[in-house]
Amino acid sequence: MKHTCILGAAAVAALAAGAASAATLDDVKAAGTLKCGVTTGLAGFGAPDAAGRWEGFDIAVCRAVAAAVLGDEDKVTFVPTTGKTRFTALASGEIDMLSRVTTWTFSRDTDLGFEFVGVAYYDGQGFMVPKSLGVSSAKELDGATVCIQTGTTTELNLADYFRLNNMSYEPVPIETNAEAQQKYLAGACDVYTTDASGLAATRATFEAPKDHIILPEIISKEPLGPLVRHGDNQWGDIVRWSFNALVAAEEYGVTKANIDDQKANSANPEVRRLLGVEGGLGAMIGLDDEWAYRAIKSQGNYGEVFEEFLGTNTAIGLERGLNAQWTEGGLQYSPPFR
Amino acid sequence: MSETHAETAFARKAPIAFVADGQIPASPPPSSAVGPVKWARDNLFSGPVNSILTLVSIAFIVLMAYEILPWFLDSSWAPAEMSLAGCRAEASGACFAVLVERFWQFFFGFYPAELHWRPTLAFLIVVVAIYPALFSSAPRQLLIVTALAPFACYWLVWGGSIWGPLAVLAAPVIGWAVSHYGGKPITAIVGEAFGPLVTLIVAVAAVLVWLLFLVSPVDEALYSIIPLGIEVVPSNKLGGFMLSLIIGLVGITGSLPLGIALALGRQSKLLIVKALSVGFIEAMRGVPLITLLFVASTLLNYFLPPGTNFDLILRVCIMVTLFASAYMAEVIRGGIAALPKGQYEAGDAMGLTYWQSMRLIILPQALKISIPNIVSTFIGLFKDTTLVIVIGLLDPLGLSSAIRANQAWNGIVWELYGFVALFFFIFCFGMSRYSQWLERRLRTDHR
Amino acid sequence: MSVTSAAPSAPGFRLSQLIYDTRYRSTTIQIFALFAFMLAIGWLITNAAQNLAALGKDFDFSFLWNTAGYDVNQRLIEYSSQSTHGRAAILGIINTLVLALVGCVTATVLGILAGVARLSKNWIVARLMTVYVEGFRNVPVLIWIIIVVAVVNESLPQPRAYKDVETGAFVFTNRGAYMPEPLFSRGLGDLDLGLFKVSLDFVAFLIVLGGGVYAMRLIRRWANQKQAETGVRPANVGWIEAGVIVLPLAALLIALGFHLGYPELKGFNFAGGIFIRDSFLGLWIALSLYTGAFIAENVRAGIQAISKGQTEAAFALGIRPSRTMSLVVLPQAMRVIVPPLISQYLNLTKNTSLAIAVGYMDATGTLGGITLNQTGREMETLLLLMAFYLAISLVISLVMNVYNERIKLRER
Repeated sequence: MKHTCILGAAAVAALAAGAASAATLDDVKAAGTLKCGVTTGLAGFGAPDAAGRWEGFDIAVCRAVAAAVLGDEDKVTFVPTTGKTRFTALASGEIDMLSRVTTWTFSRDTDLGFEFVGVAYYDGQGFMVPKSLGVSSAKELDGATVCIQTGTTTELNLADYFRLNNMSYEPVPIETNAEAQQKYLAGACDVYTTDASGLAATRATFEAPKDHIILPEIISKEPLGPLVRHGDNQWGDIVRWSFNALVAAEEYGVTKANIDDQKANSANPEVRRLLGVEGGLGAMIGLDDEWAYRAIKSQGNYGEVFEEFLGTNTAIGLERGLNAQWTEGGLQYSPPFR
Repeated sequence: MSETHAETAFARKAPIAFVADGQIPASPPPSSAVGPVKWARDNLFSGPVNSILTLVSIAFIVLMAYEILPWFLDSSWAPAEMSLAGCRAEASGACFAVLVERFWQFFFGFYPAELHWRPTLAFLIVVVAIYPALFSSAPRQLLIVTALAPFACYWLVWGGSIWGPLAVLAAPVIGWAVSHYGGKPITAIVGEAFGPLVTLIVAVAAVLVWLLFLVSPVDEALYSIIPLGIEVVPSNKLGGFMLSLIIGLVGITGSLPLGIALALGRQSKLLIVKALSVGFIEAMRGVPLITLLFVASTLLNYFLPPGTNFDLILRVCIMVTLFASAYMAEVIRGGIAALPKGQYEAGDAMGLTYWQSMRLIILPQALKISIPNIVSTFIGLFKDTTLVIVIGLLDPLGLSSAIRANQAWNGIVWELYGFVALFFFIFCFGMSRYSQWLERRLRTDHR
Repeated sequence: MSVTSAAPSAPGFRLSQLIYDTRYRSTTIQIFALFAFMLAIGWLITNAAQNLAALGKDFDFSFLWNTAGYDVNQRLIEYSSQSTHGRAAILGIINTLVLALVGCVTATVLGILAGVARLSKNWIVARLMTVYVEGFRNVPVLIWIIIVVAVVNESLPQPRAYKDVETGAFVFTNRGAYMPEPLFSRGLGDLDLGLFKVSLDFVAFLIVLGGGVYAMRLIRRWANQKQAETGVRPANVGWIEAGVIVLPLAALLIALGFHLGYPELKGFNFAGGIFIRDSFLGLWIALSLYTGAFIAENVRAGIQAISKGQTEAAFALGIRPSRTMSLVVLPQAMRVIVPPLISQYLNLTKNTSLAIAVGYMDATGTLGGITLNQTGREMETLLLLMAFYLAISLVISLVMNVYNERIKLRER
């Protein structure tokens, strides 16, 4: 019996990670793995497959950072977090970055002490209803029962929207998407509300997706992005620019397939700087010059990542919409690499 | 006898035409008083109320069968396309293909497939290790396995250098060495009166220093000289029933010593010790485990020195151990209270000190009669491990959500919950049957 | 050494006495324990303060007075998204208490029925009860909650199914059950107590009921006295007693214009009537069944602890089996049953915290859920939450221990 206590102490000694010090980069390098907070499972954005390998849009961002910093996209420790535990996990240093469909808001950026490094996906809260309900606008939802996925800003937006429009509703807050979806399909709620991407992802998996419509109203802005702790600007830069590299790569037509060719032959100075042929950008953020090359090579550019996990060819079937490059009328825009 | 009767009757009355010269063979009882009919009348239809209850029960069973059986029978195990859509194309009932595909994930989480033998072996070691605790007929030598099992299991599950567990194992040796060889010099320094006490303090301090500060450098140094170890598996790979078992087993073994200490504290005559024990026990029993898990996941780090940061599973294990120790304390207190007063008095009469009488007389007996309740506590704890889903750990229930987030299996409900429920049922039912058996056996032992 | 042993009764006090003298040793140990405890607490608080400072957080409960901004479905006191976090917490606490209360009642009833039925001579009933008890005891309660709510959602019809159907007083939909509600057309209005409102109709009803019961007891005492004096009980006392209670109540209800409000399908949902949500219903059923299975085991053990002679004596007196159970066996068994019953009530109350899994907004859902999420104040919300659960646990223990003492005393 005494031994069990000692075992506990052993575990402390063995599992104790480094302190959540200011130099996250050093910690990550020392540990040889990037600890990335992700969802416990959300179609398209992150879920483990049968072999236990995590895949999804948010996951790709983590992998890109790992590839940039550690040179291997698999040197990531994925830490599933819930809506409740994600911020403490990041604040306490349990994870190095959070890439978990998290909305960039004022209070999170300031009061909670985090730094959002960009917007990986421009989203907004929408409503899904069965066609048979005969509803074509969210304004007709007075008195409806609404299933909400909690742990996000969703319940606040919903309360505001219904109050603004003088409507009443019956909220049914549910912790996980799978549970909420089952309730919605069983007709225990009239409406399902979450981010529009989530609605599309959910609808895609229904037996008869055509029987459900997503209402035109988008009631909130939900810029979802990766975030890090306040106070370690170097680490924030690394995550920010690793993500920006993916976006920039798409803009300049650098893809997973042609990256080696581009690296060798491209005459575009921006591409050459991005891929580390010239400019020495890597040293400025404490990495080697090939960091962005590795990130893009392993994950593909932003467009490729999008198409692989969320795009129209996947079951989720999302259009690029706001998330198209700025050159194509979207909002994805990387500051220049120089 | 019958002859004489016949004779007297014959003598008194007129002659009769027939005299029975043998016994009439017994005729079979009426059909309503034998076999299934009698059984049914006795056990099912013994009165109007019972008859109604029987009919209602039968109706209930038939209804359940009618609802569930078709779903079961028309099930799909291996459709062409391993997804819910594939199942639906093949059969209208259950889609057990998800269990086929994710079977090992349910047991081992994301533990690397080629290393599954390690947790399996660890589990077998645990079974062997608890054997002497549960069956008194086991050879005493097995207790060595019991003592070493926690280290072996830890090493097998998490992997890494073998020197770490060995270094920790060295701690009691160090403690013993300090108290054995350091006794005389220390006594010479601080004087006769405080010698033993100071020796004890120094020994404990040495063990603590060793565990807290020296184990990992020693481990690293030894590993750099002789790299003996197995592949490290990080905590985030643990999941499924293995995770439930790890949390449950760590909780229950860790809670034993703590629970004993708390139970003794609660029985103690020392007011402050008693108050502290009671306060701790009631506080732990008074809050739901789910809030303690929130504490483990969000608050525990706040209460540790700045910069300390350790594994979520370990934090959960700590909280679960504290939680379980409060229940364990009550179980053991019950065991101690059940002992006759004479045992204490006998201990006192022998001139044993408090600790001697506890160690040699009271606790061995109290623990023995507490075993059934300890097993029940373990069952409760094991069931409660499903709550770790609320802090994002992938226990079987958490895995079900994760699986349902996968495109292929989105929309599946009953198969996953049914499977998890079935596993828990088999495990817990087996344990509770064992504890009942043990209870019966212990009862006869005492009469 | 030789000096000390030579003068054992010397009045001088030596430090070593603190350890070796049994008169002082316990004090020494206690002071050390207290010291260690204070040290540990101090260490924890210092760490927490340092960590909070490092994160730029403070320890402050003023967020409770900020606007919550979210809605709660089951509102037993007035609440809107413009109310404060504190009010949301109180609402959650009330929801927890309601669930715990009804859960304990039904779990007890179920447990006693199942415990008795498990000992029934009826083979099939006994077997069925064994399956029930073992099935519920050996599967985690969280799974049962999820399964039961899923069954409610999947098996009952949607409100829309009642579109052109005449509905009665009771409507069962997969969003919950509707019952008729008492309405008063000439009601007295509400009394605003600040924190919540009390219906004056309800207060009037209670007052009249209380008066009726008091009058009934007076009449009964008078009748008993009369019977003791004359040996003849006054005729029709039972009717008079009933009348004293029923007639004033009926008069009050008529005066207030009492009528029942039936649920009606309006828009997406039924309106009117008392609404019991699916999440509440599912939790209620699941927690009752789960805890009931444990109580059934306690009841069975309690009944089996009563000697067979008691039952046989009752039979010898010609008492029917059902009355033997309710008048002879159960009252005695209660003394064995009640102590474990307390811990079952505690467990049920604590298990209500799993309500967040199915969307019932209890204290864990509001205070420890959305409020925690939105304010980011883990420390404060979790401390409040734990304090709340601890308080109700202690109150339940206290009440049940008092009850326990009382039934013990009656025995002697």
